[in-house]
Amino acid sequence: MNKNISDAIDRYGNTRENLIPVMQYMVTQENWLSGEAMKEIADSFGISHAEVYGTASFYSFLNTEHCGKYVIRLCRTISCDMSEKAGILETLKNMLRISLGETTPDGLFTLLETNCLGWCHKGPAMLINDDVFTELTTEKTEDIIRGVVDNERKYCSI
Amino acid sequence: MEPEDLNRRLEELKQRVNLIFKNIDCEAILNDVLRETPRTVLSKIIASGLSGRGGAGFPTGIKWQGAANADGKIKYVICNADEGEPGTFKDRQILDEEPDKVIAGMIICAHAIGAKEGYIYLRGEYAFLYRKLVSKCEEWNRFFLSNRNIDFTLFVRLGAGAYVCGEETALIESMEGKRGEPRNKPPLPVISGYKGCPTVINNVETLAYAVMIMSDGPEHFRSMGTKNSMGGKVFSISGDSPRKGVYELPLGMTLYEFVELLGDGDTKAVQVGGSSGTCVPRKKFADTIIGFEGVPTGGSMILFNSSRSMYHVLKNYLEFFQEESCGQCTPCRVGCQQLLKGIEAIRAGERPLSYLDRLRNLAVIMSVSSKCSLGQSLVNPFNSITGHFREEVCY
Repeated sequence: MNKNISDAIDRYGNTRENLIPVMQYMVTQENWLSGEAMKEIADSFGISHAEVYGTASFYSFLNTEHCGKYVIRLCRTISCDMSEKAGILETLKNMLRISLGETTPDGLFTLLETNCLGWCHKGPAMLINDDVFTELTTEKTEDIIRGVVDNERKYCSI
Repeated sequence: MEPEDLNRRLEELKQRVNLIFKNIDCEAILNDVLRETPRTVLSKIIASGLSGRGGAGFPTGIKWQGAANADGKIKYVICNADEGEPGTFKDRQILDEEPDKVIAGMIICAHAIGAKEGYIYLRGEYAFLYRKLVSKCEEWNRFFLSNRNIDFTLFVRLGAGAYVCGEETALIESMEGKRGEPRNKPPLPVISGYKGCPTVINNVETLAYAVMIMSDGPEHFRSMGTKNSMGGKVFSISGDSPRKGVYELPLGMTLYEFVELLGDGDTKAVQVGGSSGTCVPRKKFADTIIGFEGVPTGGSMILFNSSRSMYHVLKNYLEFFQEESCGQCTPCRVGCQQLLKGIEAIRAGERPLSYLDRLRNLAVIMSVSSKCSLGQSLVNPFNSITGHFREEVCY
């Protein structure tokens, strides 16, 4: 069995109310839920594969498609939209050279839009995995992405 | 008014309420509350007139009483921190700055109804608060509850990005590890909620107010606001305002007064209560009261100035609803799509202007035939925007 799944089940248990915590753990470890992972989870919980896929696909933070290590979720809801979110989206697309919904070839970034993040007074806002970034400008966005990339390079060279 | 006068007036109003962010000793208040009988606690919450601060406005005391009277060995308290309504961010600030007050509110509720477990259901977007809340809950479990031999344990559950899970029965489904699809009501959660047991689900702000009511007395709470809208309310202000942010203000203000304080001088409309609330145009500001006698609100106030296209605003809302509809019931699933397609078609000239009236009728049909408040409330923004800004939507 996938080590991450057995770790998650050791931590949370395999009763139905722990299905979402187990899947959330998998997403933090592997960025997404593969078909294989969902099958193994279903078997450990003693429920059908369809039940697991049906639950996972309901929630936008449980990725059932391959995702990069850093998932960028730019808020598209009205207040952020009114604070020039469109420009930030262009900046992200140009920098990462991908369109919405795509992952960079190096597997580092996935670019998504999401609904209200709850930072309406400080828009535009985005999440990179669980971290929040607000009052984005072109320069600030570029710095954030560069910061992530630099960090990643440092980490890999050690 | 001059900016200094505005600031002074705003400060005055904030001081008049000043409950949620007031510095208090939660532990001392709880020690007093726990000496009172559950019946006394219930009667105080009922007497205060506190109603749900998430938007629906159900009387909190009555909800608690329902769970207290319900049969069941195990009962639950759930703090609904799945704040997903566009334009709302006050719960995030309350959880961040006043987590003890929210937890104390859960303990008061548990005492009143006899609950054994309490959960904070935190939306996935606020995952950065998760660690903090978990350690707060652990502190209270270890240093307060078990020290006093109180059989109540606090937990935190993290949502995973679904607006509809803010609806209480969808939230329960999600906590049970299922798709967050709303249930049929009745039975109400106070009779059969989480795992089939009596469950009280309250908004973050409601629970924090419960603490202040027990601390200052129900009369003090009643003395604020109006006859039908007692107490204060925490507002989230966004959009075209020079003073965006979180404010605690009394209920019962008119929108005119509100816009004068928080608008940019050119406000043409205010969306009261987020995307599922009502859009009020300038000409109605003076005779619209913010509260249950006028426009009820969960606290989201989005201001639009004359540079904004109301077609664009409505389209943004409809895209939101189309994506967030859980898909379970047909009126909501298909209705959301058709309203969006419909206004796009009118705008593109593919449909006659009269088609808008059919869409408005569809919104009314959705309001009576959808299973939960997501589909039911879409009529509020759709018919208010298309009613007041028909030209902007069509041309």
